[in-house]
This record gives sequence, C-alpha cells and structure tokens, in this order.
Amino acid sequence: MPTNRKDDMKDIYILGIESSCDETAAAVVKNGREVLSNVISSQIDIHTIYGGVVPEIASRLHIENINGVIRLALKEAGKTFEDIDAIAVTYGPGLVGALLVGVSEAKALAYALDKPLIGVHHIEGHVAANFIAHPDLEPPFICLIVSGGHTHLVVVKDYGSFEIIGKTGDDAAGEAYDKVARAVGLGYPGGPKVDREARSGNPHAIEFPRGEVKNAPYDFTFSGLKSAVLNYINHAEMTGTKINRADLCASFQNAVVESLVERTVACAKEYKYDTVAMAGGVSANSALRAAMEKACEEEGMRCCYPDIILCTDNAAMIASAAYYEFLRGNRADEYLNAVPNLKLGER
Amino acid sequence: MKILAIEASGLVASVAVTEDDVLKAEFTVNNKLTHSQTLLPMLKKMMDILGETVRDMDAVAVSAGPGSFTGLRIGAATAKGLALAADLPVIKVSSLEALMHQVSADRDDVICPIMDARRGQVYCGAWKDGKKLMEEKAEAVEYLLEELDKLGESFIFSGDGVPVYKEIIKERLKSKNKSVYFADSCNNRQRAASVGAVGIKKYRAWLEKNKLTPEAVKSEGTAAHKNFDDDVMSSDDFVPEYLRKPQAEREKDAGLLEDAGKKSLRKIANGNRS
Repeated sequence: MPTNRKDDMKDIYILGIESSCDETAAAVVKNGREVLSNVISSQIDIHTIYGGVVPEIASRLHIENINGVIRLALKEAGKTFEDIDAIAVTYGPGLVGALLVGVSEAKALAYALDKPLIGVHHIEGHVAANFIAHPDLEPPFICLIVSGGHTHLVVVKDYGSFEIIGKTGDDAAGEAYDKVARAVGLGYPGGPKVDREARSGNPHAIEFPRGEVKNAPYDFTFSGLKSAVLNYINHAEMTGTKINRADLCASFQNAVVESLVERTVACAKEYKYDTVAMAGGVSANSALRAAMEKACEEEGMRCCYPDIILCTDNAAMIASAAYYEFLRGNRADEYLNAVPNLKLGER
Repeated sequence: MKILAIEASGLVASVAVTEDDVLKAEFTVNNKLTHSQTLLPMLKKMMDILGETVRDMDAVAVSAGPGSFTGLRIGAATAKGLALAADLPVIKVSSLEALMHQVSADRDDVICPIMDARRGQVYCGAWKDGKKLMEEKAEAVEYLLEELDKLGESFIFSGDGVPVYKEIIKERLKSKNKSVYFADSCNNRQRAASVGAVGIKKYRAWLEKNKLTPEAVKSEGTAAHKNFDDDVMSSDDFVPEYLRKPQAEREKDAGLLEDAGKKSLRKIANGNRS
C-alpha cells in the first residue's frame, strides 16, 4: 500500500456522510488526513429526554438536517461538489432507519454528480480517526475499539485490514456505562456523566469484580461487573445505607478501565507491536486515556487516540477511511444498502 | 418542462419522468426488496434508457406521505440528494392525492385512497371531482366509513388498505344503499407517474404565482429563491408528512414516559454532597 504521497499526485477530496445513530454529520477531508470541515448536528438533547436514542426520532432528525449539514461542510471547506473526488457514507453497523437516510442521500448525490461512491464500515471509520489525529501513524498497530455498541481489540494490519484478537461476549463497555448511569440516576448519555462524577470519587472505595473469559485472555465481559454494581445498589437500598455516588462511579470506572488497559497492553506485547491506538466514543473517557498513556509509557509503547471531537460519531473519520478504499479502487454502486449488523472485517 | 418523480411511500418503489403533459418513462416495482435496493438502480436504468441526466430535469417531485416511515425517508433522502446535487427545487406531493389521481371517475364519485396504517387504522383522504372533501389523516376504518356516509352516494376505493378492509367497507356502505367500487390492478397502488402528474401541476401553479419560468429558476439556482412555499421548496427544507408522531413521543405526550422513567431511575441518596 503506497502511503507516502508523491508530489505529482493529485490531491483527493472526499465528502463523508455519517448518520448511523444520533449525529447527522458531513465532512470534507483532503488526502485522508487533513480535515477541511467536520460538521456535526447532534441530537443528544432530544434523546436525553427519553433516556436513550429513539430510532424513529433519530431518523426524522437526520432527514430534516442532512442537506443543510452537507451544504455547510462544503462551505466551511471552501469547496463545491465539482471539487469533490468521491462521496463516502457509513452503511453499517448502526440503526437501520438512520443508516438508510445517509445511504440513500449519498447514493443519490453520487449518481447525480457522477462521482464514485464508497461505503464505509462505521468502526473502520473510528479507527481511521487516529490517522487524522496522528498524521504520521501508519499500520500495523494494535487498536482498542470501545463505544456504546462495540468493544474490540484488533490488529490493524493495513488500511482497511483487521484481525480481531478480542471482543466482548456480552455488553459493550459503553453499554455498561449507560446502564450504570441509569441505575444511579445520572441518565443518558452514561459515559461522560459517569466519567465526570468519578473525578471526585475514590476508585478503590468499592471492590468490583474484573470479568474474565475462560480460555480467551483478550476477550472482555462486563455483565458480571454491571450486576455487581446493581446488586450493590439494591443491597444499599434494602439496608437503608447511603451510597456515595462519586465513589461508586469511580470504582466502577476503575474496573472497566483496568480490564481494557491490561488486555490491550498485554496483546501489544504478545503480538509485538509498539503502537497502541484507541477508537470509539469511550476512548474520550479521561480515566481510560490517562491509564492507557501510563501503561504504554511503562512499556515503552506509543499511545494514540483521537481528539474528543473525532472520538464521537463524525463524518471526517468516514472520509478518512474512505480515502484508503478510494486508493485501492474499491467502489460501491447504486445497489448499496444499509447493513445494521455489519461485523468488523465484513464487506 | 421535465419533472423527475419518486414514489416510495408504501410497498411500491417507482420512478418516472414527466415532460409537460406526457409521461416519458416510468419504472415500478412492487415486491419484497427494500426500496434502498430498488429505487436508485431503477432510476439509473430509466435515465440511461431516456438518455437523460438529473441535470436535464427542472424539478424533483416526491411522494411526501403519509405512508411507511422508512419508505418515505428513502424516497425523501433520494429526492433531497438528487435535488441538492443538481440544484433543483423539490415538489412535495401527497401520496394519497397522487393515488387519487390514478382513478378515473365520474363527477359524482367520491374517490377514497386508503393505505394500511397498522394499529387498526388507515391513512385516508376523500376527493370528488378533484376537490378535497376531508383532511388527510390516520383513522379507524369504522369512523372513516361513518364520515364518508355524509359525503356522497358512490365511492371508489384504492390503495393497499383495500385488501385489509374490503369486506367491512362493502358491508357498511351497501347497508346504506351506497355504490362501492374498487380500483383495479393498474391503478390501485402508488405510481410515480401520478406523483409526476400532480407535481407538474403544483410546479406550474408556483411558477405562475411567482411570474417565473422553469429556465429562469434553473439558471438563477435555488438559493436565489426566497419565494418557496409549502408545495415547492429547497431540497434543504423538504421533510416527509408522517401524519403520526413517533411512538416514544406519543407516550411522552400521554405522560407515560415520566412513569416509566420514575420506575427505572433509582433514587439514590448522594453520600457527601447534596
């Protein structure tokens, strides 16, 4: 894979579109690494009222906002459709109704403009966010992908090529955060709220279990931890004991972070990679970032993660991932469909 | 004047090009594939056969609803993407009004397109001699039939609500000595040709009202027009007409969400801080 651009290569501008969950996003990215615009219309305030993402409401907001978001992304980048070399869109995984808005829009744009269309795996997009944040980062490296729907430990062997080393057998890390947040009355979205609450708590106040999966050292499990937290709360309620919410959040978070960091660093050591990257919404977590940095430093490894704005769902990461597909000549056609359960490594 | 029409409000996926008062091409499929797999491939093939591009069109007409929420959005996103790329206005057409237009009727017939809206309801409307007799709505078929009783003596029904409610419609209206007919297979489901036919009328009316020509709109671009309205608009502003709120919103409005929320939220005294 040629990654060093030659001087005489034409610059490639990709318009990315992302609508897999509750953010309507569009971005223009130059040569896969330079973000010219990154427009995100977040619906979070509306879904917070309902305590989580309501798929029908998310889909309605996507269709309301998508053209304005695309127009703004072009304007902020100082580009017109004529300057764009390809249209990229997330086609899975995600909420099917939400994905279909972006996919239908992107197919129509690509057809009417007569531009190439590239379908992007949402999780590959999250990994690619690291290419934007670290212009010199190149595969291979180890990547921990942690979000509301995913917990994967992978070797990024090449652009768009992954080997899955470990994954969660039950809840995703972000899902565990949301459930614990709901149980302690912090509401949605759980990740940032638990993270904030945990800052004033003692991470060693309550000893919660670290789940392990038999014969799969790099797999994750969070259901036991989640149950332990819920049991702790129930027990306290029954005995009338007051719960220190900050301590509970800090102790829960410590258990999650330890599970994630230990496996990631052990995996990098065993597979002999000296670079560790993180991707996905949970990689915005302050405790996870601090712990991973510290562990990598102790092992002499490089630790990468994207800026917060690129950790959450965005279209710049989709355009970045699409760039490498573009270089390989991979194109989608007018039959591209949304694939809500698209697995990592599937095409 | 050429109008590209898109229809995806129900099981039918359909695209058409209407030039002035003539249908140039129509491609209609009614099977189990999702619209996302049929609509754009059909559009591409149709345009190739016509030797036209989206930029050759003057506007995009789209079936706005009511109908299947997901279908409406696939149609809407497709129309919005095409219109954004080619800088064309979007014409909003009611799926029921387009369905009504497919039925040729005598002046005294009341045309009632009904679409299965699930939950015991139909999306429905009623027209006589081109005049709208009731607002489009989601309604239980029994209530609709009571209302129709007062609107005429002879009725023609069409749409995918017919197979679901045919017997009750016949029984109720015939007991009141009304005539009841059902549209046949060439005009009892949505088709983009009728979306185009309604769309071109709406577009002409808008052009006339604003003293514009289609050529002027195309050369000036949609951004130059501040006089868009509810029928003809910028692709940015087009949204489907669902006629129903999302279930979660209905529950919230009914006060059910609060109860569910209270139940799931555990009240936890916060140790050191208030």
